[in-house]
Amino acid sequence: MSKLTISLSPHVHGGDSIEKNMYGVLIALVPAFICSVVFFGWGAITVTAVSVAACLIFEYLIQKYLLRQKPTIWDGSAMITGVLLAFNLPVSIPLWIVVIGALVAIGVAKMSFGGLGNNIFNPALVGRVFLLISFPVQMTTWPTPQGFATTDAVTGATPLAILKAAMAESEADAASSATAMAEQAPRTMSEILSSQGISMSDMIYGNIGGSLGEVAAIALLLGFAYMLIRRIITWHIPVAIFATVIVFSGILNLADPEQFAGPLFHLFSGGLMLGAIFMATDYVTSPMSHKGMWIYGVGIGLLTVIIRVFGAYPEGMSFAILIMNGFTPLINRYCKPKRF
Amino acid sequence: MLKTFKIGGVHPPENKLSAGEAIVTLPLPEQVIIPLSQHIGAPAVPTVKKGDHVKAGQVIGQAAGFISANIHSSVSGTVVNIEAVTDASGYPRPSVIIQVEGDEWEESILQEAEKKQPSDYTKEEIIKAINAAGIVGMGGATFPTQVKLSPPPGNKAEVLIVNGVECEPYLTADHRLMLEHGEELMTGIQLIKRALGVERAVIGIENNKPDAITHLKQLAAGIPGVEVCPLKVKYPQGGEKQLIKAVTGKSVPSGGLPIAVGAVVQNVGTVYAVYEAVMKHKPLVERVVTVTGKSVKKPGNYLCRIGTPIARLIEAAGGMPEDTGKVISGGPMMGKAVTSTDIAVTKGTSGVLLMPESESQRLPYRNCIRCGKCVDVCPMGLEPYHLMLLAGENMLEALEEEHVMDCIECGSCMYTCPAHRPLLDLIRLGKNRTGQMIRARKAAKN
Repeated sequence: MSKLTISLSPHVHGGDSIEKNMYGVLIALVPAFICSVVFFGWGAITVTAVSVAACLIFEYLIQKYLLRQKPTIWDGSAMITGVLLAFNLPVSIPLWIVVIGALVAIGVAKMSFGGLGNNIFNPALVGRVFLLISFPVQMTTWPTPQGFATTDAVTGATPLAILKAAMAESEADAASSATAMAEQAPRTMSEILSSQGISMSDMIYGNIGGSLGEVAAIALLLGFAYMLIRRIITWHIPVAIFATVIVFSGILNLADPEQFAGPLFHLFSGGLMLGAIFMATDYVTSPMSHKGMWIYGVGIGLLTVIIRVFGAYPEGMSFAILIMNGFTPLINRYCKPKRF
Repeated sequence: MLKTFKIGGVHPPENKLSAGEAIVTLPLPEQVIIPLSQHIGAPAVPTVKKGDHVKAGQVIGQAAGFISANIHSSVSGTVVNIEAVTDASGYPRPSVIIQVEGDEWEESILQEAEKKQPSDYTKEEIIKAINAAGIVGMGGATFPTQVKLSPPPGNKAEVLIVNGVECEPYLTADHRLMLEHGEELMTGIQLIKRALGVERAVIGIENNKPDAITHLKQLAAGIPGVEVCPLKVKYPQGGEKQLIKAVTGKSVPSGGLPIAVGAVVQNVGTVYAVYEAVMKHKPLVERVVTVTGKSVKKPGNYLCRIGTPIARLIEAAGGMPEDTGKVISGGPMMGKAVTSTDIAVTKGTSGVLLMPESESQRLPYRNCIRCGKCVDVCPMGLEPYHLMLLAGENMLEALEEEHVMDCIECGSCMYTCPAHRPLLDLIRLGKNRTGQMIRARKAAKN
């Protein structure tokens, strides 16, 4: 008999680990990745591969040479950051921009705060927003899905950008001439979209312009279901976001269907699904209690619709999540779980 | 829909290896070590000295105050020494060491139960017998039973809840007791009901013991005011507050006692001891202990005398497996890892668990990833990750504000943590120090 080990209870562990959760998220991202490859071809693979590789390399270099820690790049978190960053980029993005995004995501947003568990803001989103502000042209050139077709990529606008442009147009019309406005045939938002050849089913299956990972709502929902079954995340944050977006955009739509798109459009367009399911639920930057999760989710939903409808950018998901990330410590402080 | 408690909880693998093994009486050991403090409260005062001859059932330690319990010799023989001996908690405790000679019992102890009905005893007689027998809560908390049966003025007990949950993995002692001594338990329940003056008793049993549920339901059918409540399996359902919530739907307030919601909880082992104390005038000198573990040759349930070194139990179960890395007194979730197999069985020892070396070591801990799983599983609705940080910084006022004193130390948080963080280690430390601070503050006020 060897020596007896003395430790305090509990003496058993459930077997959960950081890796199981992180790789679980990566598995949940596979359907969306397959869709992005189907829609955008080889470009989807290269952008994702470069992003993941860059994130892993930067994390390794920073841990080994700057922080002088044992590198933990295989815990899966840097890989998730890489995949999510790539999923937020258009397929036509120059690869050197992807590398810069990865450096900002890992170096600035994650490691400078102390690495996994200590960052305030979602690293992938910080990287994405940095790129959006620094390289606005490259970041808003959206090739329409071509699959592996060899023809030159055709760029088009995302559904949200189409709407934004239409809204600006009608506002300009209203400003220029009141009489012209009266003569103009009323156009609802769904009419504007269908005039551009975009249907709701295209948006659900992902046959629309957009960044790599955000286009196929159904694939993202599949990943959501997987994470719920594996108990990697709870349903609270995504459902709070969906519900808020539906209610808020529904009210706007009822008030003025000509000016504001309906709830289903908001739900299935842009990065809402990707953001709500995979980015807002990031363990580190989201609240701990269920009540806190509701407040956080409702905040993201409201801010997203406000930015989309009234802001300068067509898409508001990234900003909404980052703003609410900033509120997370405050939410944690004031939202306590239901006590016994 | 089976009843259970509402907040948190985990589902560790049950591993009830010895559930099918009937209770076996362990042969008398050569020597017993009987600690004078086997209960919460003041240690008993020894009433024997070195060289004295004692009989089984004789008082060797007198309860010192209201929250204390009598200690009896579990064997007949000679007192070899009274000295401090390390117990399961790792601290030296004053203990009476007795060399076993024969098996001679106190004359007042009956071998057969009195031919009387529970209704033949008065409330005072029952409580007196329990007090004399040195009975304490045998589920592990070891709170003196007569204190629980004497509610403070202004409180009225309404229901007796009998704890047959045995939610700790591996342990089966209570399960076997319910199967093999159902009749005695029914008598014990009626005695406690009389002592408390309650009309209703509910036996809470988790659904993983269907045989015990069926058996006790059959027995309870003929007795008015005794019912069996099957419960959904979930750890820590055997926790007093969790069990009351599951059975009655009522929540014991923070810092409050079960009596605040009219409930009194007694473990089935305690109920059996009450039966023996009243009907046989027999003090608490033996108990059923589960000896188990994945590599143990013959996992089983043994009736053994208090003070028996656990090495004797391990021998009976086929000896210490080669791969043993940890010996635990109690279950894997709340039990204590012991320093040697010389420590003695006490009134609160429900099991001896031998863990293989491969399961004995903790994995190194990592950064908190703030997943919130500890918050989800905490059955008291606390925030273990936060309590751990506060305890690490020794922020006692903040810990008190965050209700660290509500922690029942069930270990669900640490069991769940994907980063293997030592949550409960630090929370326990913080709770201990916060308790000291609160007591010092109260003392300063008085």
